[in-house]
Amino acid sequence: MGAIGEGLRRVFELDTELWRIVLLSLEVSLSAVLLAVLLGLPLGALLAVKRFPGRRGVIVVLNALMGLPPVVVGLLVYLLLSRAGPLGELGLLFTPGAMIVAQTILIVPIIAALARQALDDAWREYEEQLRSLGAEGVQAALTLLWDARFSLITAVLAGLGRAAAEVGAVMIVGGNIDGVTRVMTTAIALETSKGDLPLALGLGCVLIAIVLLLNSAAQLIKDAAQRRFG
Amino acid sequence: MAASILPLALDNVFYASNGQPIISGVSLAIEAGPSTIILGANGAGKSVLMRLMHGLLAPTAGSVRWNEQDPASLRRRQAMVFQRPVMLRRSALANVLYALQLANVPTGERETQALAALDEVGLRHLAQRPARVLSGGEQQRLALARAWALHPEVLFLDEPTANLDPAAVREIETVIKAFDAAGTKIVMATHNLGQARRLGDEVIYLQAGRVMERALIEQFFASPATADAAAFMKGELPWV
Repeated sequence: MGAIGEGLRRVFELDTELWRIVLLSLEVSLSAVLLAVLLGLPLGALLAVKRFPGRRGVIVVLNALMGLPPVVVGLLVYLLLSRAGPLGELGLLFTPGAMIVAQTILIVPIIAALARQALDDAWREYEEQLRSLGAEGVQAALTLLWDARFSLITAVLAGLGRAAAEVGAVMIVGGNIDGVTRVMTTAIALETSKGDLPLALGLGCVLIAIVLLLNSAAQLIKDAAQRRFG
Repeated sequence: MAASILPLALDNVFYASNGQPIISGVSLAIEAGPSTIILGANGAGKSVLMRLMHGLLAPTAGSVRWNEQDPASLRRRQAMVFQRPVMLRRSALANVLYALQLANVPTGERETQALAALDEVGLRHLAQRPARVLSGGEQQRLALARAWALHPEVLFLDEPTANLDPAAVREIETVIKAFDAAGTKIVMATHNLGQARRLGDEVIYLQAGRVMERALIEQFFASPATADAAAFMKGELPWV
């Protein structure tokens, strides 16, 4: 416990530098979650609502992709964005933009697969009623997304948790450059390898506190909404 | 509006699920006018038969034909109320508005129509209440309002009062009678003989996926033509 106290004290001594790291972490992970929500929720909803050949295969692949190793995603995005790569012209490598791209790829399957599961259950309840009213395909998927919005919070939180916690992808495509692409997790990895364990622990505590805060807020919203709308 | 979507003609309809026959060779003509009760024990195939008529299920063999070819128009001109109403997570009013929106009712007319439908079932005062926190009876009345707002020519009801207390059952039956009086063709599945008598003009008696008998309601209750129907009524009567 002494080491944690010492670490936390040193973390807050960092002030401006610490806040830059925290803010960049939040910026990267929340941007990735936003993009992944825009891509993953419609994908999950269509998979829940549409019946087409190969649907089961797509679902199996999507579920498997939930376990994508961050370093592998990092490597793929690195190859895409590196100077000689197909998207090298964008000059994104070693910028927060590259980190957002990598984290988005990492968590789209998580959000889509978990949303698909939640929406599958809702669809079983709604299908006949919606079809009877004349809602099919995209229209039904949108209705389902909006109606199950509170149970989707869990899927989004899982994506956020993954984004905030992973280090492999952002390390490879961001490069952990001080003041430019250094985030909480890469800073922790760096301090650990430097042997400054108290500082690493302190940063870890801040990271956990932030994740806890975001989750609590989401849970409160969900509970209040469920009491209100049933 | 063009000619009526009725009559509905079922020609030698079969339906099987996972190899299990549920409907076996049903041929029926459903015409405008009399309220039709589909009567039968649990598992006789009443719900499946109504879903085949309403178009939620496609027959394994045979045909279901309406007097209207355009599927979109057909969808708009019939409605179904299920045993367990499914309400969207929004207000009672918004649930009715949603149905009107799907039916392409112009935006400006939706609210008036929706409020009129809520009036019809006596739920106007609960218009802003979230639909999912309403009682079971209120939800079923809301389901009726949602169906009624579209002014369907045919209204299918699948055991609409199965899970309700007697007071709620009376309210629902009053609403169904009003729809009938307004000229909507009622097709209702039930295993409740009292309800069949109160609401029906004719009975289609279903057993093991086959139509055993079709008769006017008084005639059916006075002297069922088949021994099966008589046995069913004997078994059911104590609960009426």
